[in-house]
Amino acid sequence: MRLRAEAREAGIRLGDGFSTRCGYSLRIVGGTEAVRQLADELLVDPVLNTVRIYRPEEDPRADDAHRVEVVRLPGVMDPTSQSVLRATAALGLEVRDVRSWNAYLFPPDTTPDVLSRISTQLLANSAIEQVRIDPAQGIAPLEPLDDVPFRLVHVPLRDAGPDELTRISADGCLALDAVEMTAIREHFIDAGRDPTDIELETLAQTWSEHCKHKTLTGLVDYEGETLDNLLKSTIARATHELDRPFCASVFVDNAGVVDFDEANLLTFKVETHNHPSAIEPYGGAGTGLGGVLRDTLGTGLGARPVASTDVFCFGPPDLPAGELPKGCMHPRRIMRGVVSGVRDYGNRMGIPTVNGTVFFDERYVGNPLVYCGSVGILPRDRLEKHVAPGDLVLVCGGRTGRDGIHGATFSSLELHDESETVSSGAVQIGNAIEEKKVMDALLAARDQGLYRGVTDCGAGGLSSAVGEMGEACGAHVILDRVPLKYHGLTYAEIWISEAQERMVLAVPPEHEQAILQVFAAEDVEATIIGTFNDSGRLTAEFAGEQVMDLPMDFLHQGLPRQTRRATRRRRDLQDPAPLPAAECQSMLVQLLSHPNIASKHWVVRQYDHEVQAGSVVKPFVGPQHDGPSDAAVIAPVLGSRRAFALGCGLAPWVGDVDPYQMALTAIDEALRNVVAVGGDPEQTSILDNFSWGNCEKPDNLGDLVEACKACYDGAMAYRTPFISGKDSLNNDYRVGDESRSIPPTLLISALSIVPDAAHACTMDLKAPGHALVLVGATGPELGGSHLARLQGTLGAQAPRVDLSSAPRVLATLHRAISNGLIAACHDLSEGGLAVAAAEMAFAGDIGASIDVTRIPTTGDVDLGRRLFAEAPTRLLLEVDKTHLAALQELLGEQAHAIIGETIEASHMAVREGDREVFRADLASLRAAFNGALQLDPDLEAGT
Amino acid sequence: MSTTPSVLVLRAAGTNCDPETAYAFELFDARTETLHVNQLLAEPERLARHHVLAFPGGFAYGDDVAAGAVWACELRSRLADALGRFVDDGGLVLGICNGFQALVRLGLLPGLTNTLGTQEVSLTDNVSLKYEDRWVRLQVTSRRCVFVGDMPAPELPLAHAEGRMVCLDDSVRRRLADDDRIVFRYANADGQPTQDYPANPNGSIDAIAGLTDGTGRVLGLMPHPERALLGLHRPTWSRRPWRGEAPEDLGPGAALFRNACDWVRANR
Repeated sequence: MRLRAEAREAGIRLGDGFSTRCGYSLRIVGGTEAVRQLADELLVDPVLNTVRIYRPEEDPRADDAHRVEVVRLPGVMDPTSQSVLRATAALGLEVRDVRSWNAYLFPPDTTPDVLSRISTQLLANSAIEQVRIDPAQGIAPLEPLDDVPFRLVHVPLRDAGPDELTRISADGCLALDAVEMTAIREHFIDAGRDPTDIELETLAQTWSEHCKHKTLTGLVDYEGETLDNLLKSTIARATHELDRPFCASVFVDNAGVVDFDEANLLTFKVETHNHPSAIEPYGGAGTGLGGVLRDTLGTGLGARPVASTDVFCFGPPDLPAGELPKGCMHPRRIMRGVVSGVRDYGNRMGIPTVNGTVFFDERYVGNPLVYCGSVGILPRDRLEKHVAPGDLVLVCGGRTGRDGIHGATFSSLELHDESETVSSGAVQIGNAIEEKKVMDALLAARDQGLYRGVTDCGAGGLSSAVGEMGEACGAHVILDRVPLKYHGLTYAEIWISEAQERMVLAVPPEHEQAILQVFAAEDVEATIIGTFNDSGRLTAEFAGEQVMDLPMDFLHQGLPRQTRRATRRRRDLQDPAPLPAAECQSMLVQLLSHPNIASKHWVVRQYDHEVQAGSVVKPFVGPQHDGPSDAAVIAPVLGSRRAFALGCGLAPWVGDVDPYQMALTAIDEALRNVVAVGGDPEQTSILDNFSWGNCEKPDNLGDLVEACKACYDGAMAYRTPFISGKDSLNNDYRVGDESRSIPPTLLISALSIVPDAAHACTMDLKAPGHALVLVGATGPELGGSHLARLQGTLGAQAPRVDLSSAPRVLATLHRAISNGLIAACHDLSEGGLAVAAAEMAFAGDIGASIDVTRIPTTGDVDLGRRLFAEAPTRLLLEVDKTHLAALQELLGEQAHAIIGETIEASHMAVREGDREVFRADLASLRAAFNGALQLDPDLEAGT
Repeated sequence: MSTTPSVLVLRAAGTNCDPETAYAFELFDARTETLHVNQLLAEPERLARHHVLAFPGGFAYGDDVAAGAVWACELRSRLADALGRFVDDGGLVLGICNGFQALVRLGLLPGLTNTLGTQEVSLTDNVSLKYEDRWVRLQVTSRRCVFVGDMPAPELPLAHAEGRMVCLDDSVRRRLADDDRIVFRYANADGQPTQDYPANPNGSIDAIAGLTDGTGRVLGLMPHPERALLGLHRPTWSRRPWRGEAPEDLGPGAALFRNACDWVRANR
C-alpha cells in the first residue's frame, strides 16, 4: 500500500499484486529439525505467517514473480540478529552469523527498469544496503572477516612540503587545513620523529570544527572590527554576567545543568546531526537522537533522559522530481526517513518526544537539518566528575566496528553528489535497545556510586572520550582489549570508530568487580581498556607496541587560532503590495495549509509523547486533540506536580532580511512559547544551535557575527542565560560547480520551570462569552514573514524585538497565568494574529469574533499587516470577563487591547469596525490546517 | 488486617513503562518489586511471593522478529511452569501494550485451549502501517475480569505500531465473543464499537482492544492506563468540567489498578 503511494510520488507506476517477505540467513547446529524448532518457537507467527526453509545455494524464487532482496551490508548494525541470538540461546539452539533481510515480490510483468528504480529509490539505500534483483541463490550467512596483520604506520610529515601536507589531509579525510597541518608538522619536528597514523587521526578528531568550534572560538575580522572568540565574548559572556543562581553547570559538561527541585537538577542539550541525515536519513536521525541521549547520560555522573525535542529543516515537500539536484534524495523521502529514525530510537528508549517543529525551504534540499534535544533529570549529589589518576578506563555498551569512521571530520566538509559513496563509513544505524540497556545499567551503577567520571563516545569515538576525560591528568589505553564486532579492524580504526551506544567511565580500582556485575546483570558488555594516570600524555598500545604518545596540552591547546574575515551581506529587499480585503480569507487558508504552519500531526503522532507518565500539556490539545500547543509541559517526578515547559524558536526567513533580528526573534519566540503554557520567565534557560552555511564565505560569517551579538543582547535583556549550545558551520552542498549555502538557521530551545503543573495553560478556546485580549503591538514590518513570501518577496524590513518592553510582557503574562486569570493563551508567530486566532478557535470548537481596528499598532499598519504580520512579543489571550479588570491592572501601560470575544458559533469572524472582512467556517480552517502535511497519501485524511 | 497487595513488575531489555506501572499500583498502597527477567529466570520461586504479575509496555528486545516475540519465546521456554502455576494458584496477570503482545504470544491470552504455548490470536501491524500515539474511547464489553469491576467506559492513551488483533480462524473469533473473553473494544463518539479510523486506531478485528482469559484474572490491553492515572494526564484537563477539580483527582486509567488491589485485599 505505502510502497505504491511512494512509487507514484517518485513517478513510478506500480501495478497490483506485490507482496513482502522477511527472512533470516544463519548457521545452525542440528540440521533441519533445529531449523524447524527455531521457526516454530521464534520466527514464525502461526496466526500470520507461513514459512519456507532452504539452503543459501538454492534458488529463492518460488514462482514467476520478480524478487528483490534487500540486505544490510556486512558490518552495518543489524539489531534483529542480536535479538535472535538471545532467543536461540534460551531455546538451547546453537546459532551464529545471523543476518535478517527483506524480500519484495513483484508481478511478472514488472519491467527491469521499474524494478531497478524502485530498488534504488525506495527500497534500499546503497550507503548501508545491498540490493539483489531476481537472485538465483539465497543470501548467505555472514562470513567471518580475517584478522589484519599488525603493522605500525608512520606518516612522513616532517619532510612534507605545503602541497604534500594538503594532500595528506585530503587523502585521509582529516579536514585539517594548511595552517593546522603545519602546526602538527612542527610539533613532530620538535619531537624528532614522524607521527603515527593514529596520532594524526587523534589530532584531526580533536581539532575538528565539530569538536573544537574553531570558528566561534577563533578570531574574526568583521568590517574592520576584531572579535576575539565570539562564543566567549557574546553567548557565554551573557551567562557569566547574568550569573543566575539557578545555573548549576554551564558550557563545561555534555549538557547545561539548572535547578529543578530540592532533590534534582535538570540537564538540557540539543545537538545537530545534519550530514549523516542527508546520506542516510533513517540512520542519521536515529543516531542523532541516540547521541544526544548519551550526552544526557554523560552529564554529571549520568542524568536520566525525561523528554526529547526534535526540529527539522527540509526542502519543500512538493518539490517537483525534475528539480531535484543530482545525488540528492527527495525531501519527502528524507522527511519520512528522519521521522522514522527519531521515532524508532526515541520510542524504543522510552523517552517521550514532546516538542519540536519542521521548517521548509528549497535551500535545505541538499542539506537537511536535524536537531535532536534531550532533557534529563540528575540527582543534586551526582553533578561533579572527579577523574583521578589510577582510575580504570571502562568502556561499556555496543561493540566497536568499522561503522562511523570519520564522522567528526566528515561533518566539517562540504556535501557533494558523491558524498554517499565516499563517506558511507560515516553513516550508521543505531540500536536503541543497546542504549536502553546501557542507560539502565549506568544509572544503577551511578546510584551505587561505583564510578567517578563518565562521558559518551560521540564524534571521534574513544579518541575524543578518553582524551577529554583524561585531559587534566593523562591516560593509557590498551587497544587490543576493546571488544570488537568482527575481526579486521586496525588499531587506528578501533580508536576513532564512532560505533554507537558506547560510554566511557572512570572507575576506582576497588569498584571494578562490583561495576562489572551491575553491567552483566543487564546483559551489557563492559571492559576495562586502560587507566587514567598522571603522565599528562595520551598513550596507547596495540600488540604490545606503543602506537600513540601525544602530550595532552598539545592535543587540547595546540590548535592554531586563525583569523577569518566577515562582511555585512548586501541585500535587495522589498515589501509586497498591500493585501486587498477580499483576499484576506483565502490568505488565511493558504497560510494555515502552508507546510511551515500546518499541523505536524503526521510527525508528532508517530512519537510516543506520553511514556514515563509525565505529560501535562501535550503536543495537541482541545476536545478533538488537534490544537497545536505552544510548548510541552512535563512533570518528570511521579507523584509531584513540579514541572517544566519545553519550547523552541526558529526564524530562518527573518535571517534572510536581518540576522541580528532573526536571533532576537528566535529567542523571543522560544520564551513566548514556554511562558504561554505556564513557564516562569525568571527560571528559564536557553540553548543556541547554529546551523550555518560555510563560514569561510565572509558574508555567511558576517551573518553569524550579527546573530551572536543578538544572542548577547537578548540574553541580557530577558535575563535568560544560555547554558549550552552547539554549532554546525559547514552546511554547504555542491550542485555541479555551484556551492549552495543553507539559510542562516539559529535554533533557540527554552527550558522553563512550571512551579505547579495544575496552573499550566493551553491554547484551545474554552467557552463563549469570554474576551479576546491581544498583548503586544503590531508594526508595518513584513521582513521574513510568510505573508511576504507567499507574495513573492522577502519583505523590506524585519520586525524589531523591543528589548525594553518584551521582558516585562512575559513577566506580566506569567503572573496572569499563575493567578488563574487566563483561560487560553497562544503565541503569535508564523502567519500572525489571524492564524493564531483560527488555531485557538477550531482547537476549542468555539467561535471567535475580532475587530482589527482595535489592534494596538506602531506606525501605519494596513489590514493585511494587522492580520498576518509576524511582529514579535505578541500573544492572544482568552479571558473570562470577570477577570478582565485584574488582567488590565497587571498589564498597566503595556500595549494591549480587547480585540474581540469568543462566541457560540462555528465560525471565526473578522471585522474592520462595523464592516465584516470575512467569516470563515471553523471546519474549513481545521481542514486546511490538518490536511496539508500528510505523507501517507493513500491511507488517511485528517488526524 | 487485610493483605497488602504485592506486585511483581517484570522487565526485559527494552521494557520502558515499568516505573509508571509500579507507581500505579503503589498509588493504591500495593508493594511492588521490579525485576529484570534475568533475575526471575535465576530464581523462579520469587514469582510465588506476589499476588499480581505485571508485564509493562515498551519494546522488549526491540520487538525484533515481531512485537513481544523474543520475550515470549524466552518465557515460554524457561518459565512456562512457574507462570502456569501462578495463574492456577489465583494470581492476577496484567499485560499492557508490549506486555499484552507477549501474553498473546505466550498463549496466556485468550487461553481458549487452556494450554500455555498455544497462540490463538496475534497483534500485528496497524492498518495505518505506522506507530501512533493518540487517545481512544473504549467500550467495556465484559465485566467478568477482576481488573474492570464497575469502572465507567474510559478514554485512554495508546501508543503502538503493532496493535491490530487478528484471529487464527473464524472459530477462534467466534469463541472470543461466545466465551466472554473481550473486555474492551475501541468505540466511537456514541460509545459503540467501531472499525473506523482513528476511533479504532489500528483496525483490530471486532474492535478488540483488550482480552481476558477463562479465569477473569488475566487482562491484556493495548491502551496504557498507567499514563491516565491523574486528572492532569487527560489531553483536555484544562477544560470544563475538569479545570478546577482537585489536581490530585484520578484519571480514567486508575480504576484498573485500584480494582486489582481491592480484589487482592478481599480475596487473598
